[in-house]
Amino acid sequence: MIKLIPRAENSRAMIILSPIFALVLTALSAFVIFLFILEDVKVSNVFFTLFIEPLTDTYYFSELLAKSAPLIIIGIGLSIGFRAGVWNIGAEGQYVIGGIAGGAVGLYFYNVEGFWLLPLMAIAGILGGMLYAGIAAFLRVKYQVNEILVTLMLTYVAVLFLSAMVHGPLRNPSGFNFPESRMFHDSALLPVIWEGTRLYISFIFAILFSALAWFGIKKHMFGMQIKITGSAPRAAKFAGFDDKKTVWYSLLISGGLAGLAGLFEAAGPAGQLTPGLPQFYGFTAIIVAFLARLHPIGIIFSALLIALSYVGGENVQIDYNLPSSIIQIFQGMLLFYFLACDILIKYKVVPNKTKN
Amino acid sequence: MNESLFVNIIIGITIASAPLIFAAIGELLVERSGVLNLGVEGMMIVGALMGFVVQFHTGNPYLAILAALFGGMVIASIFAFLTQYLLTNQVATGLALTLFGLGFSAFAGRGYTEETIQLITATHIPILSDIPFIGPLLFSMNPLVYLSFLMVYLVWWFLFKTKQGLILRSIGDNHDAAHAIGHNVVRYRFIAILFGGAMAGIGGACLSLVQVPIWGEDMTAGRGWIALGLVVFASWMPSRVVLGALLFGGITILQLHAQGFNIRISAQYLSMLPYLATIFILVALRIRLKNKTNRTVPNCLGRIFHSTT
Amino acid sequence: MSNLKFSSVLKTSILSLVLAFTGNVSADPVKAAFVYIGPTGDHGWTYAHHKGVNHLKSVMGDDVIVTEVENVAENSDSERVITSLARKNDIIFTTSFGYMNPTAKVAARYPDVKFEHATGYMPSENVATYQARFYEGRHVLGRVAGGVTKSNVLGWIGSFPIPEVIRDINSAYLAAKSVNPDVEMKIVWVYTWYDPGKEADAANALIAQGADVLFQHTDSTAAMTIAEEKGVYAFGQASNMIDWGPNAQATGIMNDWGPYYVERVQALKDGTWTSAETLRGVKEGMVKFAPMNANLPRDVKNDAMKAIIDLATGAIHPFTGPINKQDGSPWLAEGETAPLGDLLGMQFYVEGIDSQFPN
Repeated sequence: MIKLIPRAENSRAMIILSPIFALVLTALSAFVIFLFILEDVKVSNVFFTLFIEPLTDTYYFSELLAKSAPLIIIGIGLSIGFRAGVWNIGAEGQYVIGGIAGGAVGLYFYNVEGFWLLPLMAIAGILGGMLYAGIAAFLRVKYQVNEILVTLMLTYVAVLFLSAMVHGPLRNPSGFNFPESRMFHDSALLPVIWEGTRLYISFIFAILFSALAWFGIKKHMFGMQIKITGSAPRAAKFAGFDDKKTVWYSLLISGGLAGLAGLFEAAGPAGQLTPGLPQFYGFTAIIVAFLARLHPIGIIFSALLIALSYVGGENVQIDYNLPSSIIQIFQGMLLFYFLACDILIKYKVVPNKTKN
Repeated sequence: MNESLFVNIIIGITIASAPLIFAAIGELLVERSGVLNLGVEGMMIVGALMGFVVQFHTGNPYLAILAALFGGMVIASIFAFLTQYLLTNQVATGLALTLFGLGFSAFAGRGYTEETIQLITATHIPILSDIPFIGPLLFSMNPLVYLSFLMVYLVWWFLFKTKQGLILRSIGDNHDAAHAIGHNVVRYRFIAILFGGAMAGIGGACLSLVQVPIWGEDMTAGRGWIALGLVVFASWMPSRVVLGALLFGGITILQLHAQGFNIRISAQYLSMLPYLATIFILVALRIRLKNKTNRTVPNCLGRIFHSTT
Repeated sequence: MSNLKFSSVLKTSILSLVLAFTGNVSADPVKAAFVYIGPTGDHGWTYAHHKGVNHLKSVMGDDVIVTEVENVAENSDSERVITSLARKNDIIFTTSFGYMNPTAKVAARYPDVKFEHATGYMPSENVATYQARFYEGRHVLGRVAGGVTKSNVLGWIGSFPIPEVIRDINSAYLAAKSVNPDVEMKIVWVYTWYDPGKEADAANALIAQGADVLFQHTDSTAAMTIAEEKGVYAFGQASNMIDWGPNAQATGIMNDWGPYYVERVQALKDGTWTSAETLRGVKEGMVKFAPMNANLPRDVKNDAMKAIIDLATGAIHPFTGPINKQDGSPWLAEGETAPLGDLLGMQFYVEGIDSQFPN
């Protein structure tokens, strides 16, 4: 079919161009699909709603930024592990547990005012996520049980646990027994950084974590350790790096960040604990991390892109009566094209004229 | 417990397990060749839709199953092309496949949510099926359940009793050495991936053709992920796939019965049991099997193969 | 489906613009939006709202422009959907409990837009609530169940143990017991509103445990298909499910939201809309019934028809004492009917139900 010839060194041009190729290919495919399924509507209108409107309309722009925050936070955490070959697929579960832990602290101190409450809740959220991811780390280190399976199974458990909590101990006593917690009081709510919108302080933390991760990987030994371990575990052992420590670090960090993201969601846009806390951020963040090639600054951009597709896609759904599944199709396609185009960085593509 | 309730429970468990057995045995073959395909959920749901649509339009269950098989294969081929020819990261590509499969099936299936079809019903062999107790259990299962057991046997036979199976396993353990000997690594893996897609497709069709005669988006509800877990649980041994699927399906069904029998545990905690049990048993197996070398991960699982010749 | 809808909306918009210019319409059309938790093709809860919307469109024609948004999850994203709609619409109907707080938040920011929240309890100046007395419907179903069951075991597929579901279980059980003192009710919780596979498994489990009449509080037609396959009775939920259970569907509850929607949109158009907490049942026609299955015994059918009439005239109330709670403590005295508050927050089973109350 086709033959791949390795380049002498990674093509710098392609590092920039390949994501653009992917975007263009996705846009073209979207164009073709829209042509087929739309009647009486100009495809250009749909494209405007999908890509441009969220950038030019104040409200949607704020929503775009807001929605990118959890994706960045979780994505940063995951990328650290992925570089090391530690596959935390259950960040969603750690996010839920973090939200429960942090939210429970906020509810415990219901109507107690004080600026110390939010930090306490955040710590609880981080610890909750870390603990939950730690289970997978323990099982992998002690029994070589694959962390993909464990974190995934634990995600289902976490969601059921959330249901048990909001139906029981954390339920609002004056809420007619509906499965929701009380609305958090003022001290337990995240501050908004852009007045009149839902852009919370979590966005600042997201940028902060991204910058920290970038430093950490660039400057610190820690980053080197993770880079080495991922590509060849045996080499790392010889060089004196500890494979077990890497597993623990990776899972604890990604779990902690996911847990924090969960608390941010509960104390921010949601303002309470409900069964709707899980929003697949834990899974979407995996895509965000890959689209950014695990680069901490790149994650900010890929998160914004994915958030754009959600906000724009939702508006397309509302304005043109298109089904929500169309967004999923495009996200899947974007990722396919991106992965495919990525090959252009390391290899030259030529037709294979020789027979096997 | 009376006889007919017991039989009912067993039959319920097999029907719940069939989708898992198909999807898991397909993925097992794929992983034995060294490829990790996380897109099982996407392939299953496409199979469920294809099976439903063809059954709806033709009423022919054979065509429907073929359609499901085909649908799973087609969508798996995207993954195969990307990972084997364009050398993309398998984890990311598999996730993209799941996302795409879920979106595509939801979109394409929009017009079918208000329809219903004829289910594929259990077989009935005269005389044999009427033997009390054993009859219904052995001879009156759904044909797709029998097919799932057959596929497990065939995969086992292929992997351990044929030359190609040996080659495939060697590719999974050391693709560079296999390539050096002259085996076509890419071709074996490509075909394995297509097989995995076909199996996942039939597994999905078990839902829409056997369990409930309706179509709904996301009706696989995570079973693809469970199947992935089952492969690991089974330590990549075909026989264990059946055990794991029955266990998982069993706990899911038994949890519902427990509620009906008024067992005094909250339903959410009961619902957690299948997932927790999978983890516990996996750990237990690891502890027991620590020293047996033929039950470990295929060495090259997930690693990208690139020939330089 | 989507194409047809869009072109009809487009045509309606163009037509109304033309008419507005020619002065044949005295006011602009009302722009109404509906937020759904599931797909209109669920043939259950959302489908019933969709039918109500179709009724609205057929009655009000060019006086209303409708936008429907499906599959809006009950999480913080819903606030954005509702906000998007509030920017362009005059009245918004949010059709599931979980939208309560998001609706309130958006309503506070858009005081000139009217909101109608189904099954909630937080009305405000521009938020009205509406709910149906489904428990009246369950009363009729319960009587039918008590009359046709041969095994005396009834099965209930429960979604979430929220008051609405508990209320319906109690109502059905009490009604069944009044007709047949030996009945027992088995309850299974699936913790979802919509999962055909799980609903089917639950139906099978209940049937295996002896239930020959099934109730469901979930949204798909799965349980009905299982009932049809196994030869037992079941009740349609929110919509007529006869196509999935020609022999199995004894009857069912059909939610009729159409007239309410017309009323509220018309009121907005006339300038008479005010916030209200609407609760309607059989009498007002919000709770209707699917046709009685021809296979039902005549006396069961007659008994059910009489119950429907009694409910419509107010002659009976499904919760009339003496009734005790599951633990034996007294709840309603002889002749006493349940206060609304008790019903809205109901979190206990009545005496006679064996199942352990969840949590």
